[in-house]
Amino acid sequence: MRITKRAATVALLTAATVALTGCSTAASTGGSADAADCAPSDGKVNLTFTSWIPGIEDVVDVWNKANPDIQVAVQTGPNGNGGTYANFFNQLEAGNAPDLGQIEYDALPNFRVQDGLMNLASCDGVMDAKSDFVDWTWGQVSFNEDDSVYAIPQDSGPMAMFYRADLFAANNIAIPTTWDEFATAAEQVRATGSYITNFSQSDINQFAGLVWQAGGTWFGNDGTDWNVDLTGDESIKVADYWQDLIDRDLVSTQPPWTTEWDNAYNTGAAWTWNSAAWGANSIASGAPDTAGKWAVAASPQWEAGDEASGNWGGSSTAVFTGSKHPYEAAQFALWLNSSSESLTMLNESANLYPAAKDGLDLPVLKEGVEFYGNQPIYDVFAKASGEVSSDFVWGPTMTQTYNDVSDGFKAAVSGNGTLAEALTTGQSATIKALQAQSIPVKE
Amino acid sequence: MSALTESPAVSRASKRARNAANPAPKGPKESPLARVGAMTVMLVFTLYFLIPIWWLFIAGTKSSGQFTSTNPLWFADFNLFANIGNLVAYRDGVFLKWMLNSALYAGAGALLATLFAGMAGYALAKYRFPGRELLFNIVLGGVLVPATALALPLFLIFSQVSLTNTFWAVFLPSLVSPFGVYLTRIFAAASVPDELIEAARLDGAGEVRTFFTVSVKLMFPALVTVFLFQFVAIWNNFFLPLIMLRDETLFPVTLGLYAWNSQVNQIPELRGYVLIGALLSIIPLIILFLLLQRFWRNGLGAGSVK
Repeated sequence: MRITKRAATVALLTAATVALTGCSTAASTGGSADAADCAPSDGKVNLTFTSWIPGIEDVVDVWNKANPDIQVAVQTGPNGNGGTYANFFNQLEAGNAPDLGQIEYDALPNFRVQDGLMNLASCDGVMDAKSDFVDWTWGQVSFNEDDSVYAIPQDSGPMAMFYRADLFAANNIAIPTTWDEFATAAEQVRATGSYITNFSQSDINQFAGLVWQAGGTWFGNDGTDWNVDLTGDESIKVADYWQDLIDRDLVSTQPPWTTEWDNAYNTGAAWTWNSAAWGANSIASGAPDTAGKWAVAASPQWEAGDEASGNWGGSSTAVFTGSKHPYEAAQFALWLNSSSESLTMLNESANLYPAAKDGLDLPVLKEGVEFYGNQPIYDVFAKASGEVSSDFVWGPTMTQTYNDVSDGFKAAVSGNGTLAEALTTGQSATIKALQAQSIPVKE
Repeated sequence: MSALTESPAVSRASKRARNAANPAPKGPKESPLARVGAMTVMLVFTLYFLIPIWWLFIAGTKSSGQFTSTNPLWFADFNLFANIGNLVAYRDGVFLKWMLNSALYAGAGALLATLFAGMAGYALAKYRFPGRELLFNIVLGGVLVPATALALPLFLIFSQVSLTNTFWAVFLPSLVSPFGVYLTRIFAAASVPDELIEAARLDGAGEVRTFFTVSVKLMFPALVTVFLFQFVAIWNNFFLPLIMLRDETLFPVTLGLYAWNSQVNQIPELRGYVLIGALLSIIPLIILFLLLQRFWRNGLGAGSVK
């Protein structure tokens, strides 16, 4: 753990990192970390912005043309966990981090405990923008604290169920609306020789989305200590549910994002996929032979009549500590993630599903989608977006947590152990990882 | 891509296999059974190395629709040229820019690295000066340090002098080849006779001229070997550019394809570009191996046979 060098950074310490850097000043007030000094700079400002969204240059060009005094240069790289996060940490260490960077929600806590993020709460217009964004996305960037905004929400991944409308109809199987019905439908689908869906053994994010929907959360922070709760009631409920389907051979367990996986959907061997808004394109390009046969419905619920959704993925635009122009950076981040011009371009070039409320009504998201039988599928996701709980919190060591749980899941689908045991292992490994980094954690 | 770097081993192995098939008259006799066994092992390993390349070639010829639905090891409709056209046109031809970058990093980098390694190896072999063995042992130690372990320290150093995210950040570290120094020293000691250098000096040639006109010719097989190895190493280098570069127009092809591949989940059409791009990116290496093989085989052999 690095000890902070400058008073400016000290002001940004989260309660957790105050304890971790050894300062023992009253840190119990939780959410009241002071906001960065955020005044406009004189003259022309040049900002750097790292993002891995293909085509982001074109969006930034639009900003640069309209704002000759705030010029943004785009830097790029692989996706966050593919190396860009590691680079951000290296750059923060070396003191040459960009002004702005794309960070997924699940990585924000990690950057926060490492003092990487600026609190933008005092920047003009940032607090006012709160109501412009879907509630839970604002919770992710503010850590549900007042007077804190560590990033501007960019995109989101509300979940719904993609399903083969033609196959359900031809076999007279009802579209499941609860998880109980889903299990029953799974038996009926299995009787036809196919699988109702594929359990993603290595994509823990999808599983997290299911726990999120069930009302669980994996982490908590009381202002001082982190609380790790991978084995909470909701998590175990979801794990046991899927374990049962796996044990009875009612779901397939191919590794996701592989050709076999695509092929299963392309040939009708798998009928549903509970996935995020951005998944629409994955199915369309992975299973081109099934065009017109798919539809989208709300995710099955735990209790009939509930209206809860999970979320899978999504990212934000953060301003790094060390940026000399937080004011201008914040203005750019707000424009990038809430102007309809920018959101339309981001949706076209990279299928980003907006975190801004207005973005959900973009004309392009209201149209029928040919691949889905001209169903206006994004209406389903827009509704789901409003049903995602704001309570779900990510931890500061998600990469490690994902790896540990995913190892356990892979073993479980091949018959060694269970999903619940994998969560237990992940729980203790995560606590160890936090302790190893001197991040205060409750056992 | 990584399979290619193994091909020296394959070629050496197949050469050995050929020698085994025509045993020298005085050599020990082999039983036919042992020969069949050896050939089987060779065949299995050859397939092991070639099948991924075959798969890549097949995959590159398919349209995205047929990619998942047809036999992965045999042709469907032949779309290779359409795929290449799409790749080259995608995002204003950024892929071509990456290929050019790789050619520049690897070509110029390997050329200069070979020159430096050749001069250093020659000096270590032919001149006596204090600390010579110490210097050589330090260089030898450098062979053992993986390049990836040096990437992060290099990043911090380059940050100090504001050289990160520049051409030089990738180019300068590629000029170092401890293995090249080692190989050229061994080779120079074995193949450049002291008498020849003496004769050149008597004829009035300076040391530099002696090196470039006399010694370089004798060391040529070793220099080609060093060039080839360094070229492949730079071409395949991935971690250093990953850490150093933010500007897409500076990326080598490995990093560019990796960046695309990391976005396949959200932009599935990139998968096709990654496949066809990977296929195109190994072609320069194959050409180089074929063009230079008679030189580098000699170079590698010279060290061991004597």
